[in-house]
Amino acid sequence: MAALILSFLVFSISLLVKTSLSSPSDLQILHAERQLQKFVECVLMGSIILQQVENIGDTPTSEVLLAFPPAQFDHLALVKAAVTVGKKRKKSYVPLEVNPSEQPEAPNGTKFYAISLLNPLAKGESTTLEILYILSHSLEPFPVEISQSESQFVYYHDSAVVLSPYHIKQQATLFKTPSNKVESFTQVEPTYLNGAELKYGPYEDHRPYSYYPIIIHFENNHPFAVVEELEREIEVSHWGSVQVTEHYKLAHAGAKHKGVFSRVEYQSRPGASGVSSFKHLLAMLPPRVHSVYYRDDIGNISSSHLRTSSKKSELLIEPRYPLFGGWKASFLIGYGVPLQDFLFESAVGERYLNFSFGCPIADTVVDKLTVKVVLPEGSKDPSVKVAFAVEQSLEKKYSYLDVIGRTVVVLEKKNVVPDHNIPFQVHYKFNQIFMLAEPLMLVSAFFLFFITFVAYLHIDLSLRK
Amino acid sequence: MVAAKMEKSPSDLLTSSGISSVFKSLKLKTKQQEFLIRVTILGLIYVLAFITRLFSVLRYESMIHEFDPYFNYRVTQYLTQKGFYEFWNWFDSESWYPLGRIIGGTLYPGLMVTAAFIFWTLRFIGFAVHIREVCVLLAPFFASNTTLVAYFFGKQLWDSGAGLVAAALIAICPGYISRSVAGSYDNEGVAIFALLLTFYLFVKAVNTGSLAWALASAFGYFYMVSAWGGYVFIINLIPLYVLVLLITGRYSMRLYVAYNCMYILGMLLAMQIRFVGFQHVQSGEHMAAMGVFFLMQVFYFLGWVKYLLNDPKKFHSFLKITVTSAVGLGAIALGVGTASGYISPWTGRFYSLLDPTYAKDNIPIIASVSEHQPTAWSSFMFDFHILLILFPAGLYFCFKRLSDATIFIVMYGLTSMYFAGVMVRLILVATPAVCLISAIAVSATTKNLTQLVRTKSKPAPGGSGKGATSSKSSSKLCLKAVAERVKMSNATNAANAFELIVYHVPLVEGSLDQSPPFQKNVAIALLVGAFYLLSRYAIHCTWVTSEAYSSPSIVLAARGAHGNRVIFDDYREAYFWLRQNTPQDAKVMSWWDYGYQITAMGNRTVIVDNNTWNNTHIATVGRAMSSYEDEAYEIMRSLDVDYVLVVFGGVTGYSSDDINKFLWMVRIGGGVFPVIKEPDYLVNGEYRVDKGAAPKMLNCLMYKLSYYRFGELTTEYGKPPGYDRARGVEIGNKDIKLEHLEEAFTTSNWIVRIYKVKPPNNRW
Repeated sequence: MAALILSFLVFSISLLVKTSLSSPSDLQILHAERQLQKFVECVLMGSIILQQVENIGDTPTSEVLLAFPPAQFDHLALVKAAVTVGKKRKKSYVPLEVNPSEQPEAPNGTKFYAISLLNPLAKGESTTLEILYILSHSLEPFPVEISQSESQFVYYHDSAVVLSPYHIKQQATLFKTPSNKVESFTQVEPTYLNGAELKYGPYEDHRPYSYYPIIIHFENNHPFAVVEELEREIEVSHWGSVQVTEHYKLAHAGAKHKGVFSRVEYQSRPGASGVSSFKHLLAMLPPRVHSVYYRDDIGNISSSHLRTSSKKSELLIEPRYPLFGGWKASFLIGYGVPLQDFLFESAVGERYLNFSFGCPIADTVVDKLTVKVVLPEGSKDPSVKVAFAVEQSLEKKYSYLDVIGRTVVVLEKKNVVPDHNIPFQVHYKFNQIFMLAEPLMLVSAFFLFFITFVAYLHIDLSLRK
Repeated sequence: MVAAKMEKSPSDLLTSSGISSVFKSLKLKTKQQEFLIRVTILGLIYVLAFITRLFSVLRYESMIHEFDPYFNYRVTQYLTQKGFYEFWNWFDSESWYPLGRIIGGTLYPGLMVTAAFIFWTLRFIGFAVHIREVCVLLAPFFASNTTLVAYFFGKQLWDSGAGLVAAALIAICPGYISRSVAGSYDNEGVAIFALLLTFYLFVKAVNTGSLAWALASAFGYFYMVSAWGGYVFIINLIPLYVLVLLITGRYSMRLYVAYNCMYILGMLLAMQIRFVGFQHVQSGEHMAAMGVFFLMQVFYFLGWVKYLLNDPKKFHSFLKITVTSAVGLGAIALGVGTASGYISPWTGRFYSLLDPTYAKDNIPIIASVSEHQPTAWSSFMFDFHILLILFPAGLYFCFKRLSDATIFIVMYGLTSMYFAGVMVRLILVATPAVCLISAIAVSATTKNLTQLVRTKSKPAPGGSGKGATSSKSSSKLCLKAVAERVKMSNATNAANAFELIVYHVPLVEGSLDQSPPFQKNVAIALLVGAFYLLSRYAIHCTWVTSEAYSSPSIVLAARGAHGNRVIFDDYREAYFWLRQNTPQDAKVMSWWDYGYQITAMGNRTVIVDNNTWNNTHIATVGRAMSSYEDEAYEIMRSLDVDYVLVVFGGVTGYSSDDINKFLWMVRIGGGVFPVIKEPDYLVNGEYRVDKGAAPKMLNCLMYKLSYYRFGELTTEYGKPPGYDRARGVEIGNKDIKLEHLEEAFTTSNWIVRIYKVKPPNNRW
């Protein structure tokens, strides 16, 4: 995954004139520097610095293309770009808009992201871009199966040079492995290995779409905790609380566990046995969280700890058993938070819920995230504001004493990384009167019950006199 | 409005008097007051019965706690998800592999259908509850309902006071709580309600002779049949009761109507339950009811003939002929039926009730269950407390005021007490009877005493003749009461009893002829004593419920070194591991105790489970467990076993593990396969696991799986490695090698160990 992102970045280094008139080769890049390192457990973060992206064509261009190999493109969780403004110490970054882009004539199915520049680059002008991308699932365990006492090794596939539709004059790639143990790597001279740092380059003058496949094989005992599916249900009650229920399907996506699981060894030699397995996870919950529970299909899981402070709440959850490669665990976490922390009234009289989007468990990737916002019964016109692209749909849900059902806003997103953990808003209209509907129903039911009793006691139903 | 005001304003005086009259009418009459108090008390008892059963939910969590109920839970889930017809026709291939089990035809569906019905009702009226919550709280809910039935039953037997006391006693009686705490989602939970309801309705039908009540009791019986195999008790007790009434000359038209209607309709309804089917006409256990039914007809016929003949002599000869021929016919029918196999003989379970030693000699699978053991005296005391003493007192009162109803409760009490003595779990059946009879004792005694206190206070100043007689009668009552007190106190507090006799008896004696100044005090003292005893009962019940009956067997708790609670959640750890990390179609072999849980929580196929319908299959598993590994491997291969699960308590000191159950596996296995011999596993008749153990024991599969690599572990400070804490010995075989199996998973406290059966080696 990381490799994919990497090459994507490489591509994007070269500047592309967006207008169909200008061809990609209208831009050239003087110097590209790529760096790849661990982001969270099984996720790589790549960064590319494109120095002196220069327009050598005639027409001004406002778009720079980033290229990625198709395999890498699918694993890209996030791409961010910024332009550097000012020099040296006063340097500051201005974020730029990045969007997937189709280029029909690209070779080998290369995929693109387009960076929109703030000001079009006129002929001869140049700019410096910094790109950050995150690749999930790009480390491939090899050997595929390991026993309890073995370490986990992974493959990483990428290109020695930055894949780019532009001409790059000089470039280098630095790869930081999580440990010093690098089993093997493809040599593309010049290549240096220094401890945990593997440097490809510097390379001079590579033509557009240059690609030198490399494989790096290194030890990585970081547990590959992957949430295969996460469904968050955020239920808003205007009686004072927001109830969150999160259904997790957790898996260890690293090298599969093979053969014996020995408890003796796991207990007595924690350093040498099951090094790539993990026992617990940390979930960061909002402050002032209450009634937290942690359970699964067959009941409460007693091994969890909650630490609360005024700024944050940390929930340390321990699945029922340690997770080895290929093992799975599904569970659910639920908690309540005070309404006033998350529900606000906008200027136009609408209400909006402001809640964080991503997975509260630190350091994990979520393959498929579904966020369901259950609005109170009787709310109207829901609309969602999210900072990135998500699939939206509406549902109905029937909960306690519901008659017409509650509107549920469903948001779906694939490949979610901790960077997606930013607030989103759901705006809706709600009439306070609806709050009273359910209590009134209860009151009238009891009233009717007593009335029937009184009537029964006063009416003689017997046939005989 | 205005007109009304206009009318009212001139007559101010009238209005004020009107208001006061309104107030007066608002003031309750004594009868209404009594009704209100009764309803309030019943309401409180109803709530009490429910909340006293919630200890386990509050301390642990809302979950099913025991082994067996997991099957019921699983079936209920299936029922609510797939609907009734799917459930009724469900063939479960996940249990008894490779045989499978026809669920719809081999279970009592009453419990599941009740839970599903409550679930659907709640859903319908807008309560989004989970089926688990319904299942967990079903038993307490039905216990609450049982208190209501107990009240009406008590009212029917004696008076409404006795009914109230019965409701209160049964609400907290440990004998009943043991099977009806929240989370014990078992058949007995609803069955006791159904049992008592059927009896109540039948007694009511006998008392009134009303067809409607008899019909109601037939439906109660139907519900009971649908809920629990214990219905056999009803279908034998009621005929026995009818027989006793016939013999004691209490035959009446009311009895005829009640029994015939109840028997015929109840039988027809019961046949609708597939598991019961035609047993009512084909099984030896149900023949008594049929015999009594025909006897009733003969009786009625004779009465009719007697009425027609109007001649004792002729009738006498007629009687001889009819009775002889009827008995002869019955005997022949029974003999032919039994001989031809149409009527099945009594089952082993039934035999073991009549002869407590039967199961031990002939059916090890029944004898191996701890709740099928004969009851110890201590557990009677534990489950009944003062009721055990009040019970004979109540019997005395019943005999004093013999009626059709009291005869019934006496018979119910005596027979169920016998069965409670035979089997621990049948204490449950005796509990309602014991509570009702004790309630009669308590109610009658306190009623007499309070009457004494009240009548005394009125005539004392006047000293009229009326007062004297009432004091006489009340002093008699008082004497009786003292006798009662003495009886009661004998067992509980000898010193107290002595005091009672020394101080109170002479006082009462004296009060017989001269209007005694102390009589009232004595009565008050006795009342206080009764109150004290009853409050001790309440305290005992709460304590027992909290300490003994509310700890789940699926989650084990212990006290840590610092007094904190340590939870061993190993069972669920293992089951969840199976559920998540084994192939969907994996077959798990374990001893049958864990079968239901593995299918319900682990969602995997098992070889045998708690529905012990196939003894041979269980014996095969027992044989595999007690053979050497290579022999066991053949058996496991033939059964397609992928995983073997054993429960092991050596690390935690959990004593009900498989090693301690192992001799039963040997016995059950040896019962079918004579290659397995119990003496091979014993040394001089002694069961050991240490160095001195029998060689076969040290190398059998169960031993190997339990102790595999246990020899490397130090369990207790200052003890050698491989020290078994459950049995307190160092194990005898520390160097265990497994050839055909490999350790797949062991839980964090080693309580559950799962092994994977390796595929056979390549032949070349």
